[in-house]
Amino acid sequence: MPLFLNDDQTALQDTIRDFVAEHAPVSHMRALRDADDPTGFSRDLWKQFAEMGFTGILIGEEHGGLGMGHVEAGIVLEEIGRNLTPSPFLTTAVAAVTALTGGYPDQARTWLPRIAAGDALFALALDGGPKHQPVNASLRAEPSGNGFRLNGRKQFVVHGHVADMLIVSAVTGGRPGEEAHFMSLFLVSPQTQGVSVEPVRMVDAGLASTITFDDVEVAGDALLCQVNQGLDLLGTLNRAGGVGAAAELLGVGGAAADMTLSYLKQRKQFGTIIGSYQALQHRAAHLYSEMEVARAAVLKAQQLLDANSPQADDAVSVAKAMTSLATTLSVQEGVQMHGGIGMTDEYDIGFYMKRARVLAETFGDANFHADKLALTAGY
Amino acid sequence: MTDLDQFRIETRAWLAENCPPEMREPLRSDKDVCWGGRNYVPSSPAQKDWLDRMAARGWTVPDWPTAYGGGGLSPAETKILREEMAAINARNPLNSFGISMLGPALLKYGTEEQKLDHLTKIAKGQIRWCQGYSEPNAGSDLASLATSAEDKGDHYLINGQKVWTSYADQADWIFCLVRTDKTSKQGGISFVLFDMASPGVSTKPILLISGNSPFCETFFDDVQVPKANLVHEENKGWDVAKYLLGHEREMISGMGLASSGGNPLIDGAIATVGLSGGRLADPLLRAGIALFEVRARAFGAMSERFIDELKAGRAHPAQPSMMKYYGTELNKTRHELMMSAGGSDALEWDSDRSNGGAAARSWLRTKANSIEGGTSEIQLNIVAKRILDLPS
Ligand SMILES: Cc1cc2nc3c(=O)[nH]c(=O)nc-3n(C[C@H](O)[C@H](O)[C@H](O)COP(=O)(O)OP(=O)(O)OC[C@H]3O[C@@H](n4cnc5c(N)ncnc54)[C@H](O)[C@@H]3O)c2cc1C
Repeated sequence: MPLFLNDDQTALQDTIRDFVAEHAPVSHMRALRDADDPTGFSRDLWKQFAEMGFTGILIGEEHGGLGMGHVEAGIVLEEIGRNLTPSPFLTTAVAAVTALTGGYPDQARTWLPRIAAGDALFALALDGGPKHQPVNASLRAEPSGNGFRLNGRKQFVVHGHVADMLIVSAVTGGRPGEEAHFMSLFLVSPQTQGVSVEPVRMVDAGLASTITFDDVEVAGDALLCQVNQGLDLLGTLNRAGGVGAAAELLGVGGAAADMTLSYLKQRKQFGTIIGSYQALQHRAAHLYSEMEVARAAVLKAQQLLDANSPQADDAVSVAKAMTSLATTLSVQEGVQMHGGIGMTDEYDIGFYMKRARVLAETFGDANFHADKLALTAGY
Repeated sequence: MTDLDQFRIETRAWLAENCPPEMREPLRSDKDVCWGGRNYVPSSPAQKDWLDRMAARGWTVPDWPTAYGGGGLSPAETKILREEMAAINARNPLNSFGISMLGPALLKYGTEEQKLDHLTKIAKGQIRWCQGYSEPNAGSDLASLATSAEDKGDHYLINGQKVWTSYADQADWIFCLVRTDKTSKQGGISFVLFDMASPGVSTKPILLISGNSPFCETFFDDVQVPKANLVHEENKGWDVAKYLLGHEREMISGMGLASSGGNPLIDGAIATVGLSGGRLADPLLRAGIALFEVRARAFGAMSERFIDELKAGRAHPAQPSMMKYYGTELNKTRHELMMSAGGSDALEWDSDRSNGGAAARSWLRTKANSIEGGTSEIQLNIVAKRILDLPS
């Protein structure tokens, strides 16, 4: 498989690019922010996404989806990133769908058609602290009756305040230090007695919640995997989420670079277009190189994931780390090369900076993934 | 089974039988590299066997036409051959500016006679080439070169000086840029080939900071070059030069990436600073290596994409500049980290333990990667102007 989009994928990209740019450009996000919208995104838009089939892009045809892969999901995410569109696409249509597809058939039959139809939103209650840590003991589930009792706390649960269902990681046994062997994943409705959801506005104007579980009783069939066997499914979920976040970052960094480039071609100082100054040209060319390399890394990871390759895990880490580095550079250079105007709320470039920071932390930042690669390589 | 599967099986079997075990070891120093040529002295019988067997199949240049000594393989077959060679850590049978630079230019611009003659000899490793581009006053601004070629009817009379000519003192022939018209800068340059044994050619080595001197000043004093050795049309040499530079940049950008077997950087760091709790005991060195590995692996994907796009004819023509810039800067970072990982061991200049200062010499050598073939600054200029369309 060559490392560029094929004709079908390019056609899909055109469709999605037009759709998102028309229905949810940056002004859409700005309006939601200015209105201090309590959901932080548009349900109408989500319904339109469903009508276009996008919400079901990774869902099998037997469940009403399009049965496509991570390359195609990434195409959607890149456009979402490019337009800073607030959307539950990454959590629901990518991460949750991947977890449900890898879980029990009954749960897949129940939820996937509803996600495809745009009727069910999912959120991921995975992180116990401010840094991504897939194996953490912030939440414990103990056997209780023929189900479990959950106690603990999760944070940075994006879209937690609007979710119909939460995917919750929990430690189901073992002593401290052994959590990895006792991880389980549960499906928990936020309506369950004892669950309290506290949304917080984040720097990018999106909402993420801190969720507390206080003696929350769930039935045995809330398990998404065999008890204590959740590490694999958690890995699958994090790979899908990680590569998805990387694709969205590509969109954010790419759009910021484009904005900066067009500013360089139009702004005059000292009677000259500033883009003719070599100091700026070299930085723009360097930025271009970083973004291109990041783009290749993302497509590589998506293709390997779609091919179920054992190398996909490393490739996702490379993609997530590389896009975090490249996009951080892109937004920082973006603000700098815009000069004073780049610091104003009125101008969009600052929004890109904020969104990039949030996405860089989502599913692990560059350091997390570099560390993971190093451990895998034995150092 | 497809034809390609069949090809892979046969190739694997052939390599297993024909690649000598000594040719599957990592290169230890420059001396292990085979350059061929009239004065070629094999470093071992295995090295000679390996070259002879690969050349006999045309696999020193697998994708060139068989008529010119190549293997006539399709891009897909060539890729399979490279993969199978990498799988057994097979060394490159022949390193050559003829293969990576002049060959592609002759395939595009050469006459049939030129192709039959020169390409075949390149493929077999019989003639070693050097590149006569740079002059004392024409480096980055290559088109301002002054070496003159006077029209004498059936031949040109060449006078002038080149500099930085890699391996000029060991090369058999030179591909050379000369001025055939003083009134036009880029439109007055011609591309000629000639034998370094021609009367009037002399070379003088330049010692580099790595302690090696593979580079020369090269002088031409009334050198007669038959007109049949002109490539493409008179005064149109700049087209050939640029085309060839694209290939040179591609080659340089790939250098050091295809490290065969293990990861010397990581292995070296573990050997010197050790592990503690499964992690390198020096946390900052570890972080430096890990973040470098992220970029190196991402660039590996970029290289793959670049090759795929080239094959599909959809790569931007200035993309080799980006690849060259990024690849060479990365390679320098790798060697800086290798020196840091090696500590004082890596500083030894001519001990046995350091294999003759191999690490330090390579480190010093890589500093030229972002200079030779066009500096990083020049590559960034090209990206800015030709890809990003920024104004002058
Ligand atoms: C190891 C090595 C091997 C080589 N092998 C060969 C060979 O085989 N054959 C051959 O012909 N040549 C060879 N070269 C020469 C090489 O191509 C030149 O050194 C190179 O093109 C730079 O030219 P220069 O050395 O004259 O530097 P200069 O052009 O003088 O550059 C000096 C500095 O100014 C910067 N600079 C110059 N112009 C600009 C600009 N417009 N914008 C921004 N910055 C600029 C450069 O980037 C550099 O940092 C080799 C060089 C080295 C170091």
